[in-house]
Amino acid sequence: MNDEITHLEQEEAGVSSLAAVAARHGSEERWGFAAEQQGFAEQPVFTVRDLSVHYGKNVALKGVSMDIRPRRITAIIGPSGCGKSTLIRCFNRMNELIPGARVDGEILYHGENIYAPGVDPVVVRRHIGMVFQRPNPFPKSIYDNIAFGAKINGYKGDMDELVEKSLRRAALWDEVKTQLKKSALDLSGGQQQRLCIARAIAVEPDVILMDEPASALDPIATVRIEDLMQELKQDYSIVIVTHNMQQAARVSDETAFLYTEVDEATSARWGILVEFGDTGQIFTKPRDKRTEDYVSGRFG
Amino acid sequence: MSKRRTPALGTDRDAVPPTGEDSGHWAGGRMAPGLSLAECRPTRRRVWRNRRNSTLVLLAVGLTMIPVVLILYQITAKGIATMDWEFLTSSMPFSFRREGGGFLNGLVGTLIMVGLASVVSIPLGVLAAVYLVEYGKKNWLANLIRFFSDVMTGVPSVFVGLFVYTALVVQFGFGALMGAAALAIIMMPIIVRSTEEMLKLVPNELKDASYALGAAKWQTILRVILPSAAPGIVTGVMLAVARAAGETAPLILTALGSYQLTAKLWGAPISSLTLAIFDGARNPFAAGQARAWAGALELLIIVLVFTIVARVVASRSRISR
Repeated sequence: MNDEITHLEQEEAGVSSLAAVAARHGSEERWGFAAEQQGFAEQPVFTVRDLSVHYGKNVALKGVSMDIRPRRITAIIGPSGCGKSTLIRCFNRMNELIPGARVDGEILYHGENIYAPGVDPVVVRRHIGMVFQRPNPFPKSIYDNIAFGAKINGYKGDMDELVEKSLRRAALWDEVKTQLKKSALDLSGGQQQRLCIARAIAVEPDVILMDEPASALDPIATVRIEDLMQELKQDYSIVIVTHNMQQAARVSDETAFLYTEVDEATSARWGILVEFGDTGQIFTKPRDKRTEDYVSGRFG
Repeated sequence: MSKRRTPALGTDRDAVPPTGEDSGHWAGGRMAPGLSLAECRPTRRRVWRNRRNSTLVLLAVGLTMIPVVLILYQITAKGIATMDWEFLTSSMPFSFRREGGGFLNGLVGTLIMVGLASVVSIPLGVLAAVYLVEYGKKNWLANLIRFFSDVMTGVPSVFVGLFVYTALVVQFGFGALMGAAALAIIMMPIIVRSTEEMLKLVPNELKDASYALGAAKWQTILRVILPSAAPGIVTGVMLAVARAAGETAPLILTALGSYQLTAKLWGAPISSLTLAIFDGARNPFAAGQARAWAGALELLIIVLVFTIVARVVASRSRISR
């Protein structure tokens, strides 16, 4: 809870509090850590190259290029309507479910373009899990929710063990172990969201995408999700979209700032990637004026 | 205060502040200093209006109930006398004049024909609805199916009977299969449209969750969409079954009706409860008419059971919005 208070104070204090964020992240130290991990492990999980997304005739996102590093939490921040959700949904090809959506450019997943012809989106999604803004458990039992992904993927092992392991990893086991047969819809919002995380990790993905995972939750449930993310980053690469700058500063290692560009003539709007870098740097020494304005709370 | 609400409040003069102005003052706005909410009494006009509206609504409910209650009462009162074990387990005597016997032939015919029609129309109807919602959406074929389903729901059922008569009966003769074909044609559009509505209610979030776990489209449909919509689909199907069980006109032209107990699917006319009721009711003999009343009671109970089962299943609906 102390953290909560600190951040509220920071919010009020505005720009001056950014020093506190910098202290937490200690960019010097982080670079040292990164250097130790050089080698294969540091090869990016995703390399985004000149990615653009269209919905029908509207451009939603233009020319995004960035690297997502493994076993890190990468936050995507920006004002409403700047294409944060559009971008994260590109990583597991969920945009294709929206009629009229078109994705140009490429996203290399361990060097392989997931948009290459011949790549099945279903296969992509089995490696890249996703947690959504609103908790969306299936109207089934807790057990069946976790077992769903494994079943459709033809898992042959011990299902009870997998369910327990996944729920433990999502820090939910102790709360639900006696009621696995109960409907998942009877859980609280925060528990449902952790169930969704457990469901995502049950298929043992490589990456977990989180689209504003805590925006529908109360502060205590939010803290639990954030703690859980810190746990999970030991094993998974996490990409999180958040509209909450404090959350990005708290949890992420790297931050991408997206912003809306407006064409005055046609009043068309689309998202661009303004700045991408170490979270400490983005929040303390932003290179771009727009980033600085945003993280210091001048708009958005 | 938003612009849209202000005029609505301005016209509402049902409550007045305790200043005593009964007209020309509206109930909204700020409380005058020193006044409490408790002092703001509802006006007599509002009390009166409230009572009048409640009475009107109750009256409407009562009027709607009258025919239902009368039908239930009359059928039960007149049918119960003849309704006994013999009625349920034996077929019609060969003369309307003779007492005794029952509608077992009709019951068997109804079960066979409604059963066959269900076996055909339920899977086809549900699959067509899946196509409409998950594959076709707004393409020309989907719109065509929707259009014809709507038209078919409105077609008088005797036309369906006539159609099956000219298409099948003329060639193959009367029989259970022909009756079932007519009933299936009547059931299909009801199932398609009700299932479509239920499938549309399945939240996109659930589909997204399934796709994000690497489920293919068919897996999502079979394991997430259909189970989530199942209670609603079952309700629609039950209503279609009840409708088919109560059809008479198309069966006159396709099953024809028979005094004999038969389970033949084709080559012989077959009875149904509705046909037996129709025959019994239009003859001048008391015994035959009594059997018709008992048959009506039997059919009523069957349809009622179907409807109650449908309601119970629907009340357990798990679709969350």
